[in-house]
Amino acid sequence: MDWQLLWFVLLGILLAGYAILDGFDFGVGMLHPFAKGDEERRIVLNSIGPLWDGNEVWLVTFGGALFAAFPEAYATIFSGYYEALMLVLGCLIFRAISIEFRSKRPEAWWRSTWDTFFFLSSLTISFAFGLAVGSALIGIPLDDRGIFRGSILDQIGIYQTLVGLLSVSMFLMHGAIFLVFKTRDDLQQRMIRWTRRGFVAFLTMYLVVTAATWLWIPRAVATFEHFPYAWIVVILKFLAVANIPRCLKSHNYLQAFFSSCCVIAALVFLLGVALFPNLVTSSPVSENSLTIYHAASSELTLKIMSLYALIGMPFVLGYTFMAYRTFRGEVKLDKHSY
Amino acid sequence: MNGKVYQRAEIVDFWAMVFNPSTMDRLIHVWLGAFILGAFFVMSISAWYLLKGRHLEFARRSFTGGLLLATVSSLAQLLSGHSNARMVSEYQPAKLAAMEGIYETENSTGLYILGWPDDESETVKYGIEIPGMLSFLVHDNFKTPVPGFDQLEETWGRPPVWITFQAYHLMIAIGMTFIGSTLLACWFWWRGTLFDQRWLLWYFVFAVILAFVANEAGWVAAEVGRQPWIVYPSLVNGELTGGLRTSAGLSEAVRAEQVLGSIIFFGLIYFLLFVLWVTLLHQKITHGPDIDDVDNSGEYPSMKKAFE
Repeated sequence: MDWQLLWFVLLGILLAGYAILDGFDFGVGMLHPFAKGDEERRIVLNSIGPLWDGNEVWLVTFGGALFAAFPEAYATIFSGYYEALMLVLGCLIFRAISIEFRSKRPEAWWRSTWDTFFFLSSLTISFAFGLAVGSALIGIPLDDRGIFRGSILDQIGIYQTLVGLLSVSMFLMHGAIFLVFKTRDDLQQRMIRWTRRGFVAFLTMYLVVTAATWLWIPRAVATFEHFPYAWIVVILKFLAVANIPRCLKSHNYLQAFFSSCCVIAALVFLLGVALFPNLVTSSPVSENSLTIYHAASSELTLKIMSLYALIGMPFVLGYTFMAYRTFRGEVKLDKHSY
Repeated sequence: MNGKVYQRAEIVDFWAMVFNPSTMDRLIHVWLGAFILGAFFVMSISAWYLLKGRHLEFARRSFTGGLLLATVSSLAQLLSGHSNARMVSEYQPAKLAAMEGIYETENSTGLYILGWPDDESETVKYGIEIPGMLSFLVHDNFKTPVPGFDQLEETWGRPPVWITFQAYHLMIAIGMTFIGSTLLACWFWWRGTLFDQRWLLWYFVFAVILAFVANEAGWVAAEVGRQPWIVYPSLVNGELTGGLRTSAGLSEAVRAEQVLGSIIFFGLIYFLLFVLWVTLLHQKITHGPDIDDVDNSGEYPSMKKAFE
């Protein structure tokens, strides 16, 4: 494995980690309006209260690693998807503000305003990340220097929208399963119903997107010929998807949650396989695509980054483990809660 | 890339990058700036409590702590600022010329306390100047000239002088005010009459605004003064090397309207955040410290207690 490939894989791990962790945060945000009354809403909000900002660090790390390891791809993506990124950034900001500020004032209008922002931003970000993945698979017009030559209309289409809906339904299901162990009584019963609805929505969108990818993106399917072992992941993913309704039926929510984590990780892995060796796929002129070899930093940079990752990763895993252990189980509201 | 060669910055020596000539100077300067702002923030709220006669014991202690940090940091900031200016004189001479308003090189360069740089006449109007002082600060001797734009402009270009000059002088004026006022407050504290000086407490209630302004002005001086370079070049064997002009560093995929749109967007977000911040801060200050958290033994709330 060369350094460029190593960092392609590490970016995949960061993206999978982010999608799994912030994925349920977004799901919680989308389910938040279905909590009734102020106390239930606070319970739902505080289920991710001590965790959400730690989860977003994975996105920051992903962006930082992309910038340092593959600067040309970073430049193309961040300049090319300017409007989309501003939208996502705006939503991330409003989402953070609504979590932080919602319970700082008692007035009903104040709280319901922030609740609306919390819901809308969670929904928009989930959809936008799906759009981005769809767009990455379909490709965008690049010139021979790897610079984006198009408009936002080249980034939106039926396929991208379908992947956007897949992402929304997947995070909805993931967040609903998470909320089951964070709640009790009536609220928990409602969340259990949402896990089923979320699963049905996810399964539908998953089948639609799989079929659409098969039909419209021959490139994504062709890469499997180079990586026959990737079929193992496809099979494992089917098993994980099938395991979710089984666990939901037997009320084994912890296993259902791990299954949905595995499904997300597998989808990110397959995205990597479908893209490889491209970081940014050019369409229609596919020779202009930015591959991991065209877009990489010098090997010295990649080596220094690897050393950093080696030193930093144990700390990240350590604090993540501690935070999840400390705040495990049902939510209890106290004066330090949001 | 794709068979073509483009110039880019590549790392060759990690530690030389981390400890490049400006990192430590700037890091310490920003760090001290943050200490000063934090200390003035604490003093501002404490002074307000003292003036209103609320939470007196709490406010006296926090004011004194803030005052100590503010005094030490303000004095240290003077040394750090001096060291920064000497570093800038060596590596970014055009920035120093703009900060100090040096249009023409003179045998002995003076230091302007105040002034109005005018690009048309290439002079600083209405300037109050200490003769030879800048030469002394940069070279430790009153007779060595500090180069002006007549010598520098052809090679290094010229940043907007008026903005750089005024932002830089504003920062220094505030810094000097802080040194004077914190030393004065320390003297009253030494004599035990600090909390009777109501006028001084009123000054500290509002001085935090000056601390914000000083930090922002320093930032403006540094970034406007670096123009027209987005990557500042260095002089290697008499030739400028490795520079990138701001006008050459623009993204080709982003249009001006997009940037304008995002500036308006962030302007609105920050305005909203500012209003929220002031409102909630006001609520927090009016509410005051949770004295219930301090039990009678005089112990402060610990992490352990918070989890009980």
